[in-house]
Amino acid sequence: MAEVTKLIHKYLRHDKKFPHVWCPGCGNGIVLGALIRAIDRLGYEKDDIVLVSGIGCSGRLPVYVDFNTLHTTHGRALTFATGVKLANPKLHVIVIMGDGDATAIGGNHFIHAARRNLNLTAIIINNNIYGMTGGQYSPTTPYGALATTAVYRNIEHAFSIAELAVTAGAAMVARGTVYHANMLDKLIEKAILKRGFSVVEVVSNCHTQYGRRNKLGGAVQMLQWQKDHAVRVEKAAEMPEEELADKFTVGVLVDRDLPIYTEEYKKIREAARAKMAAMR
Amino acid sequence: MGDETIKKARKKAQRESQQESPADPPAEPAQKEAEEGPKPARSKKEYDIAIFSGWCKGCGICAAFCPRQCIEMGEDGSPVVTQPDRCTGCGFCEIHCPDFAISVRPRRKKAVGDDE
Repeated sequence: MAEVTKLIHKYLRHDKKFPHVWCPGCGNGIVLGALIRAIDRLGYEKDDIVLVSGIGCSGRLPVYVDFNTLHTTHGRALTFATGVKLANPKLHVIVIMGDGDATAIGGNHFIHAARRNLNLTAIIINNNIYGMTGGQYSPTTPYGALATTAVYRNIEHAFSIAELAVTAGAAMVARGTVYHANMLDKLIEKAILKRGFSVVEVVSNCHTQYGRRNKLGGAVQMLQWQKDHAVRVEKAAEMPEEELADKFTVGVLVDRDLPIYTEEYKKIREAARAKMAAMR
Repeated sequence: MGDETIKKARKKAQRESQQESPADPPAEPAQKEAEEGPKPARSKKEYDIAIFSGWCKGCGICAAFCPRQCIEMGEDGSPVVTQPDRCTGCGFCEIHCPDFAISVRPRRKKAVGDDE
């Protein structure tokens, strides 16, 4: 297994300060490891990958790895990624966002990127809270949870990022957890290979801001919670509904083939050129 | 307090066993087997768990989820490899370490850190 550490060091930027800035036990580090393993297995060159991130704890993720990286404004990671992809469709563009970044500030960009079906990979790290700014409730904070801005409990209902992506029309939607790290790198690998907009929602832990305030324990207890409550999609289909009440499904939720934006755009350009040539 | 004394005793026993083992002659496996009976678990590959303390933040994920309880949290809040011989090389700690501070590798003939 020592190869795992070796290959992670191959992709890290060693001139950045290590250990990284995240709290002890933060799931972001595990996601970074899974992403590196997935990319390494695919055998892409470092220069073929573009890693784009927004703002938040997850926004620090591309800083530590030696790909082409973009650390953009809050919620606009997908818009920058759209630009990169349209300018050079050969690049593999991977977008890292947090739950607030993707669904609140960048909510519009997210649904429209999914609808457009650009060939991008979006990894959304869902930790149920705005961790970096001090624990304000986010669109994925569960109903009744405590947060800095919900001291008498959250009265809003959370939405499921994966289901939102399915409805918005993403080509592939998967959900993983940081506890199931081996499965996570397989899901990320599949998402990168998928032609079309692919979303991987990663159920992560923020024990510092969310876990502590809601008495869910530390990193270990929150990972244990993921272990106890995650059910594979295949298994969930056979289980009765009452058993699934407090569970969530992991695995590939949707995998469908849809026309890709860059290819459709190329066709339009060619058609327009042919028409112009005919008019002359 | 009770827990700590148990831990200390276990560590002491561990240290003693480690000191003893290199002194033992390598012995033919066949002869050893005849004496003690077959031990399928011990004839398997052995692994070493290296924790890079400079990057470790002591979150405790490795110690809590190790399926063979090889790692324990020390008194200072950093993980300690207490039972390296039990390691099966599954790599759970390595891929779940958020700080890339653990590496599990097959044990070399003379393991790193073993006293002469």
